[in-house]
Amino acid sequence: MTRFASGSLPRYILQRVLLVLPMIWVILTLVFVVLRVAPGDPVSAALGDRLDDEALDQRREALGFNDPIVVQYWDYLVSVVRLDFGTTFSDNQDVLEVVRDNGGATLSLTLAAFVIALLVGIPLGLIAGRYRDTVPDVLIRLFGILSYAAPIFFVGYLLQAYVAGPLGLPTSGAAGVETVFYMERDGLNRTHILLIDVFLSGNSYYIEDVLKHLALPAVTLGLLICGVFIRLVRVNILQTMQSDYVEAAEARGIAPTKVTWRHAFRNALVPVITVIGLQFALLLGGAVLTETTFNWPGLGDKLVGYINERDYVAVQGIVTVFAVAVVVISVVVDIVNALIDPRVRY
Amino acid sequence: MSIEMSNAMSLEMSREPVISARDVRVWYGTTRGAIRAVDGVSFDLAPGETLGLVGESGCGKSTLGRGLMGLLPKGAKRDGEVWFEGKDILSMRPKDSYRLRGSHLGMIFQEPLTRLNPLMRISDHFQESIKQHDPSLTKDEIKQRALDALRLMGIPPTRYRSYPHEFSGGMRQRLMIAMALVLKPSFVVADEPTTALDVLVEAQIVQILNDLRRNFNTSLLLITHNVGIVAEACDRVAVMYAGRIVEQGRVADVFENPQHPYTRELLRSTISLRTTGLNFIPGAPPDLVDPPDGCRFHPRCPEAMAVCATRNPVNIERPRGGRVECWLVGPEDEIPPGGKQRLKQEELTVADEA
Amino acid sequence: MRKVLRAMAKPFTDTTGTARWMLVAGIVITAIFVICAIFAPLLAPYGFAQASAEGVRFPKAGPPSGDHLFGTDRLFFDVFSRTIWGARTAIQVVLLSILICVVVGVPLGLVSGYYGGWFDRILLLVMDALFAFPSFLLAIVFSFLLTDILGGSVLAVALSLSAIYIPQYYRVVRNTTVSAKEATYVEAARAIGASDFVIMRRYLFQNVVQSVPVIGTLNAADAILTLAGLGFLGLGIQSTDAAEWGHDLNRALEDAGSGVWWTGLYPGLAIVLLVTGLTLVGEGLNETINPTLRVRRLLPVHMPAREER
Repeated sequence: MTRFASGSLPRYILQRVLLVLPMIWVILTLVFVVLRVAPGDPVSAALGDRLDDEALDQRREALGFNDPIVVQYWDYLVSVVRLDFGTTFSDNQDVLEVVRDNGGATLSLTLAAFVIALLVGIPLGLIAGRYRDTVPDVLIRLFGILSYAAPIFFVGYLLQAYVAGPLGLPTSGAAGVETVFYMERDGLNRTHILLIDVFLSGNSYYIEDVLKHLALPAVTLGLLICGVFIRLVRVNILQTMQSDYVEAAEARGIAPTKVTWRHAFRNALVPVITVIGLQFALLLGGAVLTETTFNWPGLGDKLVGYINERDYVAVQGIVTVFAVAVVVISVVVDIVNALIDPRVRY
Repeated sequence: MSIEMSNAMSLEMSREPVISARDVRVWYGTTRGAIRAVDGVSFDLAPGETLGLVGESGCGKSTLGRGLMGLLPKGAKRDGEVWFEGKDILSMRPKDSYRLRGSHLGMIFQEPLTRLNPLMRISDHFQESIKQHDPSLTKDEIKQRALDALRLMGIPPTRYRSYPHEFSGGMRQRLMIAMALVLKPSFVVADEPTTALDVLVEAQIVQILNDLRRNFNTSLLLITHNVGIVAEACDRVAVMYAGRIVEQGRVADVFENPQHPYTRELLRSTISLRTTGLNFIPGAPPDLVDPPDGCRFHPRCPEAMAVCATRNPVNIERPRGGRVECWLVGPEDEIPPGGKQRLKQEELTVADEA
Repeated sequence: MRKVLRAMAKPFTDTTGTARWMLVAGIVITAIFVICAIFAPLLAPYGFAQASAEGVRFPKAGPPSGDHLFGTDRLFFDVFSRTIWGARTAIQVVLLSILICVVVGVPLGLVSGYYGGWFDRILLLVMDALFAFPSFLLAIVFSFLLTDILGGSVLAVALSLSAIYIPQYYRVVRNTTVSAKEATYVEAARAIGASDFVIMRRYLFQNVVQSVPVIGTLNAADAILTLAGLGFLGLGIQSTDAAEWGHDLNRALEDAGSGVWWTGLYPGLAIVLLVTGLTLVGEGLNETINPTLRVRRLLPVHMPAREER
């Protein structure tokens, strides 16, 4: 029974990071098996109707598709470690550049959606759990279920058809044509993340334009996981309100409002952090649909485009990035969780 | 009749009782009907006195403890009177009764492992409690008080800023006791405080509870199923069966000369060094949704008489002080003719099934 | 018979308030869609890919009218009929994918949990990796591959959905097996010389198969949404193969600006309703089964006046 608090945290982080490496390896292998081994010949799938047989074979040779599969596997792993994802078939771009140019838009969208979901979901969940089986509880739960049950593209469709007009909000793209053009011309695209770049530029016209474009897609995507948070927070409140330490606090005569806030609410919010990691995977999936609905220039939109082009190299690169991102985020969330909850550390 | 009873009680006790329960009932709602967990219980507790409440599990001991504290689940009801510091706490509004909890009424729970908020340091727990009831204290005064209470429980001040999970089970129970006593409440309910702990720790906790009187002059209601602990740590004992206190009195009197057959059976089934064989009471405590008529113990009672199955026993004074309710003890003049005939237990089980 | 009915109704009769109403509402909504799916040929006035009746061509994107309750879309199809046929597609796909999940996931979990060893460890790792993957992305990748091989059929989409959910079935079955194989009755069966196959089939399968309906209900709502999402991206079922709400909504997106609201609204509402129904069933069941959430129906406590004791 010595104190664990110091010293164990770095060890926990190291452990968590080491555990994630085999996970990434397995995921990379899966991606390789599914996208390189299973489909047979990606080159003729993508370019079969454009090039003759000789040209196709040249491309195959150049891309190493004629090598033994084990060699290809090794090359793939090495290239991922060197962050080299190859060049797309369809429009001849460096996949890494595609990721850099569009990843930022996806990141801004998901983060904005996250903030909206947390701001809406947590207070609603707290109210629903605290006042269980009352009218607010029923309404909030119904809202939570509906926001989950409504497909992203349907919500997007409704917002575009009925909300965008009256509020004067754009329904397509991440920024107006002018903003994009002038930002690029003036060399203001420093981080390649539009949302950050406009704030760095300090130009209020650009900022307003970008935020307006962000509003509807972020709300649409935010609603998707808002229901998840409502449900989670509500259930956690119900459980902490019944917990032994809440009863013990009541027995010590702590004022009811303080019991609710300090013991029930605070403890109910801790598991939410754990689940954020899982929700991120859900969000990325939802981002694909949101981006197609709103023509948002993100990775998901690109992915769907490349899928329709049967561009295996691009699909493989983008899927790899998504997968690794999810795993890395889950580790970060675990570490944050350990910082907050002293029990996790050992 | 109740006046007569309280007269007898006050004669028995020289000092004014700290807490005095009269005919307390606590019923739970269930899907099948009301569970009469506590059904008409009366007792008094003098300052610094420890009353042991014993009985099998499911006989309403814990419910009584919680009912006194006002910690009851939704759908439960209580009535009767509990006089504490000149006020009837059962008729208080919830707003006023939480103010009493912690500062005047304390509670120690069975499972110390889950009773502390895992996200709060021990210091936070103490600060929260003390500030709630004494907002005028400064930070240093709060800390001083908390450390004093911890030292009495043998917990070094270096652990003040630790988290609950960094303590062992026995230490956590001592923490809980320290936390319950830091505001010097005049009455504490201890609900099976040692059940979740191992034997060595149990002895330690019993010793601490034993010292309570000396250190804090606190009256204690010690709920336990362990007759040994009662013998060690209590002044008086109340034996509870199926929602009623069937016998109460000074520990030595009751244990040496039990009047109620249930007390006798309970003592016989306790394992001690002198035990030669294992004794147990056949059957199980009755279903408290629909308790048996008459004496609630009569279906299991080895000495049940005809009257026991039909009439509620009368609460009378024990021969050497205390109270008991059993037809075997009396009163003779209220037993109808032929009532003393032996009941055959076989007939009863058949009758029960019908 | 009566006993069985009472046991089945137990989660219902024991609960109170919202949990009960959620369960009832969910069952009713889901039942309506199931009826639509089964009797689609009778309920729908036209076929899902029917552009004319009795030689008369339907109007293009015609507004709701007596002939076409929900109007027609740009491909001349009747929106009302397509909405009803869509229920059939949705339920077909979900049932098929659950079947595939059970056929693949349960034996894998049984064998992996029963034998353990390196096979178990590798499979566990692979399944964990699949589970960590964003599930919708996984569905996209699989349907992308499978539509190349199988075409945009119900089977291709059901297989892609199964890829998402198999890890869940596998995990539950494997963990149940690991704990069940230590049970006394399994030990006893082994002692009297039952073969591994017999033990798995006779003793473990019984134990494990009970959890399948629970996972199935929980995943059904998610599966409907994923199916619609794939359809929306054009990766699922094509309009002429079957009616699929998500794909219809994709086509309706371009109508939104031109005032043609009926092509998108009805398929969208159908998805929302069915998913809501399934979620209500799931949540209602959860509140009745999970003891920490359950509110039992308590009879009010009446304390009668005291009798003299």
